[in-house]
Amino acid sequence: MTALHLEFDVAGNNFVSAGSASDEVKKTLKMLGVDAQFVRKVAIAMYEGEINMVIHAGGGKAAVDIYPDKIVIVLADHGPGIPDIELAMRDGYSTAPDAIRDLGFGAGMGLPNMKKYTDSMDIQSTVGKGTTVTMTVNFAA
Amino acid sequence: MDKSLHTVTLDRDKCKGCIACMKRCPTEAIRVRNGKAKVYYDRCIGCGECVRMCPHQAKLPAYDPLESIYKYKYRIAVPAPSLFGQFNNLDDVDLVLNALLELGFDDVFEVARGAELISEETRNLMRDGKLKKPIISSACPAVLELIMMRYHSLLSHVIDLVSPADVALRLAREKAESEGVPPEDIGVFFISPCPAKVYALKTGMGLDKPAADGVLSIGELYFKLLPVMSQLKDKPLKKLSKTGILGVRWAASGGESLGIYQNRYLAADGMENINNVLKAMEDGTLNYIDFVELGACPSGCVGGVLNVENPFVARVRIRALRDKLPPVANKLTDEKKDRSFYHWEVTPEAQDVYRLDSDLSVAIEKMQRIEAIYKTLPHLDCGGCGAPSCRAFAEDVARGETTLDMCSRR
Ligand SMILES: Nc1ncnc2c1ncn2[C@@H]1O[C@H](COP(=O)(O)OP(=O)(O)OP(=O)(O)O)[C@@H](O)[C@H]1O
Ligand code: SF4
Ligand code: SF4
Ligand SMILES: [Mg+2]
Repeated sequence: MTALHLEFDVAGNNFVSAGSASDEVKKTLKMLGVDAQFVRKVAIAMYEGEINMVIHAGGGKAAVDIYPDKIVIVLADHGPGIPDIELAMRDGYSTAPDAIRDLGFGAGMGLPNMKKYTDSMDIQSTVGKGTTVTMTVNFAA
Repeated sequence: MDKSLHTVTLDRDKCKGCIACMKRCPTEAIRVRNGKAKVYYDRCIGCGECVRMCPHQAKLPAYDPLESIYKYKYRIAVPAPSLFGQFNNLDDVDLVLNALLELGFDDVFEVARGAELISEETRNLMRDGKLKKPIISSACPAVLELIMMRYHSLLSHVIDLVSPADVALRLAREKAESEGVPPEDIGVFFISPCPAKVYALKTGMGLDKPAADGVLSIGELYFKLLPVMSQLKDKPLKKLSKTGILGVRWAASGGESLGIYQNRYLAADGMENINNVLKAMEDGTLNYIDFVELGACPSGCVGGVLNVENPFVARVRIRALRDKLPPVANKLTDEKKDRSFYHWEVTPEAQDVYRLDSDLSVAIEKMQRIEAIYKTLPHLDCGGCGAPSCRAFAEDVARGETTLDMCSRR
């Protein structure tokens, strides 16, 4: 069977709508009857990824494919790119400016949590071109 | 149990099918079919939003009429603290409680007393440190039902305590029994601020069997209490109140949180706000909070649709009672109960009311059909089809509950 395919535009620097794509995905997973523990993992990982696109990359696109046994989330942006992915992945590493920190972001825990709550995560990034994060969560304990 | 008997009903003659209620129902439980509002009760959380919104007074909250108390020989009134917020310049809650006796009750037992006990047990549990944080209050049954339907992953965060009303109802009954009243003669009646509590208390949510023999409405009693209260005004009153202000403040949003004696709490009220808080909890962004108090009604229980007074006014009045009552008047050690007395006997379970199919592959196919239908719709969310949004309409079509030709704007 073909996967259920969903696409979302994630607007840059819009904190009011930030998180709306992951909200829609959560709602869809609940209607599909996906177990709560996986909904929670997807919620956390996709929310963090979506927020990163808003804060660090001026927005982008989210493409989601839902299969009977897994969900694959691709977050693609045309932002500044990540020069050192290994460094960016470290707990607490953040380049968020003060204004963003004042909003409660910038603890440097987004990427580590995305990794923690997904079964696989891949980051492709080119400085000056953009970043694509691909995450998979399997629906099996 | 049939929710229609315990949440909201429709006066079909008054309903004009205007869609106002349908657009505002937070769980998309309402459809307009054949020109009349129809509630899908498995999705109804009893929040009363539809009662609030209906411009034609066609939505009626369900409750037991005051006459129903006479089925019992010994009748005890168990009023929610919001009742005290309904009266102007109330300096003595005993005036209300004495008036309840005049109305036909033999005794009174304030829900606020149960609230003080639940607050203390909450503090004990927080001190034990075994609860999953953020801890979500179980006090608002509309919120609890919302979590059971929509936020399954957060159910394990809900504190497993019975409602203050259930504590009060059971203690009230035990008191009468210990005074020698035959058990079959005793009727304990909760006086409720909202239809969600009518439903929860009548069905015994979280309990093996309901603690209430009936649930009355603050609004109905208000109009009967007023004349009696003015008669009693200058007469000597019986000392009946046994609550402190801490329990009474549960009536308004933030009041329950005062009882945990800690600062890292969040109190939100109104459906939109609580949905936003629950979504944020799912996303893991509120992990630094210890305790989350959520009330479906604006301003908390004083905003429930069975109240009479504007919630903002009621809230001020509740706060003003601070000078008239002791800080706290009920302690767990006074009641000498096992801790289990305050805990759920039955754990509320996740409900799959939105699930498209029990087989994930079939559900995915149905969702693809919904997406395909949705693409053909005008995305006006006009409600003309009888569904609250184009998306909900697409779902209804895919579920076979309506047909595409109901949309006249494609
Ligand atoms: N899509 C992206 N485009 C460009 N840079 C990114 C992107 N996502 C992450 N980064 C970089 O990686 C760093 C670490 O990201 P991470 O999500 O872990 O922390 P944060 O967003 O700074 O803070 P937090 O997520 O805790 O609010 C960011 O500060 C940023 O420099
Ligand atoms: S608000 Fe709902 S119940 Fe009231 S008239 Fe309109 S459709 Fe009928
Ligand atoms: S009481 Fe609330 S949940 Fe139930 S039908 Fe009315 S608005 Fe919807
Ligand atoms: Mg981040």
